[in-house]
Amino acid sequence: MNYFDQDLTSLHADLVAKKISAVDLAKATFENLRAVDPQLGAFLNLNEEAVLKQAADIDAKGIDPDKLMAGIPVAVKDNIMTKDLTTTAASKMLEHFVPVYDATVVEKMRANDAVIIGKNNMDEFAMGGSTENSAFKVTRNPWDVSRVPGGSSGGSAVAVASGQVPVAFGSDTGGSIRQPASFNGVVGMKPTYGRVSRWGLIAFGSSLDQIGPLTRSVKDNAAALNMIAGYDQHDGTSSKQTVPDFTAGLDGNVKGMKIALPKEYMDKGIDPKVREVIENAVKQFEALGATVEEVSLPHSRYGVAAYYIIASSEASSNLQRFDGIRYGFRAEDVKNLEDVYVRSRSEGFGDEVKRRIMLGTFSLSAGYYDAYFHKAGQVRTLIINDFKKVFEDYDLILGPVAPTPAFKIGDEISDPITMYMNDVLTIPVNLAGLPGMSVPAGFADGLPVGLQLIGKPFDESTLYKAGYAFEQATDVHKQTPEVGGAN
Amino acid sequence: MNFVTTIGLEVHVELKTNSKIFSPSPVQFGAEPNANTNVIDWGYPGVLPTPNKGVVEAGIKAATALHAEIEHHTYFDRKNYFYPDNPKAYQITQHEKPIAHDGWIEIEVDGKKKKVGIEEMHIEEDAGKNTHESDYSYVDLNRQGTPLIEIVSKPEINSPAEAYAYCEALRQRIQFTGVSDVKMEEGSMRVDVNISIRPAGSDKYGVKTEMKNLNSFNYVRKSLEYEEQRQQRVLMSGGKVQQETRRFDETTGQTILMRVKEGSDDYRYFPEPDIPAVNIDDDWIKEVQATIPEMPGSRRDRYINQFGLTAYDAGVLTQTKEMSDFFDATVAQGADPKLASNYLQGDVNAYLNENKVGLLATDLTPEHLAGMIKMISDETISSKIAKKVFKAIMAGTEPVKWVNDKGLVQLSDPAKLQPIVDDVLDNNDQSIEDFKNGKDRAVGYLVGQIMKKTRGQANPKVVNKLLMTSLKAR
Amino acid sequence: MAEERINAEQVQHVAGLAKLEFTADELGTFTGQLEKIIGMFEELSAVDTTDVPATMRLDDDTNRLGQANMRPDKAVKSDEALRQALLKNAPETANGLIKVPAIIDESGDGE
Ligand SMILES: [Mg+2]
Ligand SMILES: [Zn+2]
Repeated sequence: MNYFDQDLTSLHADLVAKKISAVDLAKATFENLRAVDPQLGAFLNLNEEAVLKQAADIDAKGIDPDKLMAGIPVAVKDNIMTKDLTTTAASKMLEHFVPVYDATVVEKMRANDAVIIGKNNMDEFAMGGSTENSAFKVTRNPWDVSRVPGGSSGGSAVAVASGQVPVAFGSDTGGSIRQPASFNGVVGMKPTYGRVSRWGLIAFGSSLDQIGPLTRSVKDNAAALNMIAGYDQHDGTSSKQTVPDFTAGLDGNVKGMKIALPKEYMDKGIDPKVREVIENAVKQFEALGATVEEVSLPHSRYGVAAYYIIASSEASSNLQRFDGIRYGFRAEDVKNLEDVYVRSRSEGFGDEVKRRIMLGTFSLSAGYYDAYFHKAGQVRTLIINDFKKVFEDYDLILGPVAPTPAFKIGDEISDPITMYMNDVLTIPVNLAGLPGMSVPAGFADGLPVGLQLIGKPFDESTLYKAGYAFEQATDVHKQTPEVGGAN
Repeated sequence: MNFVTTIGLEVHVELKTNSKIFSPSPVQFGAEPNANTNVIDWGYPGVLPTPNKGVVEAGIKAATALHAEIEHHTYFDRKNYFYPDNPKAYQITQHEKPIAHDGWIEIEVDGKKKKVGIEEMHIEEDAGKNTHESDYSYVDLNRQGTPLIEIVSKPEINSPAEAYAYCEALRQRIQFTGVSDVKMEEGSMRVDVNISIRPAGSDKYGVKTEMKNLNSFNYVRKSLEYEEQRQQRVLMSGGKVQQETRRFDETTGQTILMRVKEGSDDYRYFPEPDIPAVNIDDDWIKEVQATIPEMPGSRRDRYINQFGLTAYDAGVLTQTKEMSDFFDATVAQGADPKLASNYLQGDVNAYLNENKVGLLATDLTPEHLAGMIKMISDETISSKIAKKVFKAIMAGTEPVKWVNDKGLVQLSDPAKLQPIVDDVLDNNDQSIEDFKNGKDRAVGYLVGQIMKKTRGQANPKVVNKLLMTSLKAR
Repeated sequence: MAEERINAEQVQHVAGLAKLEFTADELGTFTGQLEKIIGMFEELSAVDTTDVPATMRLDDDTNRLGQANMRPDKAVKSDEALRQALLKNAPETANGLIKVPAIIDESGDGE
């Protein structure tokens, strides 16, 4: 059975009508996964036995017609806690770590009878933009297996793009959902900071991290966000703002919508082929009755520096708990306590993680705090103010997601700065805590290119409305990749 | 050469909340190892702190007791350091914007009163507990996350005696807010001190040494006395005081070098991103302040002005909150304040010392103590019987029914006592003779006879009056 | 290159704070990379931030989350199964305690 062409609504209808069962779906998923994933490497740990049992239980009690996600196979990035299912953050540090609790988003998946197939590969501790920093495997782009899937939620994007699951959940600290979504031709949403609980997400940059869905269509994405959004008493930074039905208002109508196009997002650093896709998208929106005007986000060029200081500083502190004492990796033949710390951490973390820890520790250390960490916080305020100003006059902001389409595996991994610069267009959104979405917009030399939509705080609905209108007006989302999706 | 001494104190007080500061685990002394822990206390991947509103409220109460200014926009910071009892390898504390600052408390040394300034007071989490054996250490995380307040004094304490008085005053004021037991012996109050000396006339502070975790107020004073003299000796002999951490040896009374501090530790403090800033508005402060129990000073005034107690008695009764509360409750039950004060400071205190227990650990209740005192006041029982009743109430017995059941009610009715007096006189001619001859001892003997006949229940005052009248009539 | 931003000795110092160790080779590579990245950080010095408050977290400072989300002071005791599961994940335990090689520097706690 191949359900690559079916969206959540139609799968749900088939499940409710008992044309298929949850067990059928689960079995088909594993079958397909075994055929496809060896070429792609989207998954780390699978949950087959438990999944088949869960699916059987769901079938036994019957599919609840009110639960759109009931019986639907989903995949979860491996930095999100799944009780009893090994969760590694793609790090040797947690290679054998079995969580004793579920992340809040996972609890919500279980409460909705969604079926968690397994855990997706990623850059170690979500640090990276190519999924090459995984301690365990390389993940390949299904549109061209010699290329990276982007990252850090590379496994999640590939699992969806290649038709292995209709929905995957990733995390986005500086673009880690949107950039792989763009590279793989899927829809990826980074919700407003505080919209989705971070309880159970292994912290990277605590003031930046958000969990969000990756799907093949905008509507599916909205439905998936419906499931995980909302205030959580376990997360003091989660918001009590009411959660609307994100699938409401998807009517293809963007007449009169005011869209801003920041000139800094279209400058010479952007691959001309990417720029062309975005220019076409602008024309498409105008054709649909929206107005698109150029604006300026003057401080966005400082986003990368501010981000790498803030995210690395927070990460350096967040990752100190991995010390070889209470859980996770402990180096062998340790002589004393200092050895436990230093050797466990030095052997357990990969190079990129160490680099970020070093950067963060440096930025916070005596004598440097003011020049780096505090200064970055001030620049962050200016970036927030830039956005506030634009949103006084516009409903949303449009631009590219990444400066280029997917690059070749091995091309950038040895040059951290080039790698960091890939995030220049996604980072400001995290710094400001805004919702940002990548929607498939076209192709450059056969590789997908995503369109980024950025909204006001807690206004994911407008992004979905605009994204849906664009998607319905084009046939980009109907294209299928080389591996997986075409069969 | 004359020296000026400057002492600073950092006092940690454990707050008596139900749950921990950033996790719902119980705050409880003496549980099984790691029984009061959850994934937050273990610093598991993916967990977040869930701040306890009760801790902020306790902080508001303590700050009020210290006359400190409450910060309306306060937040938490991370203090980074690796240690096995510190599961996240950072402590959530307050560094930039503590909940309160610029307070003071009054101390008294040799009859002289002085206000000592408080620099700041912040709230933070306690660490777990390590126990050390030869090759290994063992970590219990039950204490991890217990809420603490840390109170930092201004450099306005100038002698070990003042430091002692400061500790006493601090303990007393915090205790009266009810936010902590403030018990040194259970570790719910922990004192770190630092001391420096400088030549009189110099306006530059000397190099300070510090001592951590002193076990009693006495050790605070003794260690500072030793350190004050040691530093003087060093300077007088032309040496230099080093910045160092020292340990007080309780057996020798000396301080011993632990480690020399080279520069300051680099804790890489930064604002805690996982916890939103806490906004404390005036309404909330007022609401919380309305629940703060009466402070010792106000209680002392009330005892003196309203109950007519001496300043000394009022002082003793307000030394601890439990004693003062007990006294107030006893008086509220109708006991005469002076008698209640006498009993609490006398017989009750003697009992506590003898049995080495705290007031609340006994079976005595304010109701029972008041019941006994009321019977003394209205002469239902004699002071002699009262001794028996006291034993009974210390054993948890309700005194009024007990006195009635045992038939210990004092006999005060002259109509009932006169026949007994007459009977005794009729049978003791010799004593009457002795009385007439001016031998006062005879009266005592006769009273004894009457008491014997009434099995001690006769009211001595009434007996005396009747006896004298009858004797004179014979 | 202008003045040296970070040298191997400083990198060693920072590694010490972060409880990491590097071989001589790694130290060289890391120092070079950190040097470049910190150079990129220095772009920020071009931004005039006079009187600009720093954003350190996204909460009511940015008018988005409102009053702090605080929990009422109610205790919830974990069950014994969780305690056992936590102890099971620890590399070494003894009698319900987490076991670690001896702590040499007893003054290391920073309260
Ligand atoms: Mg301190
Ligand atoms: Zn402290």
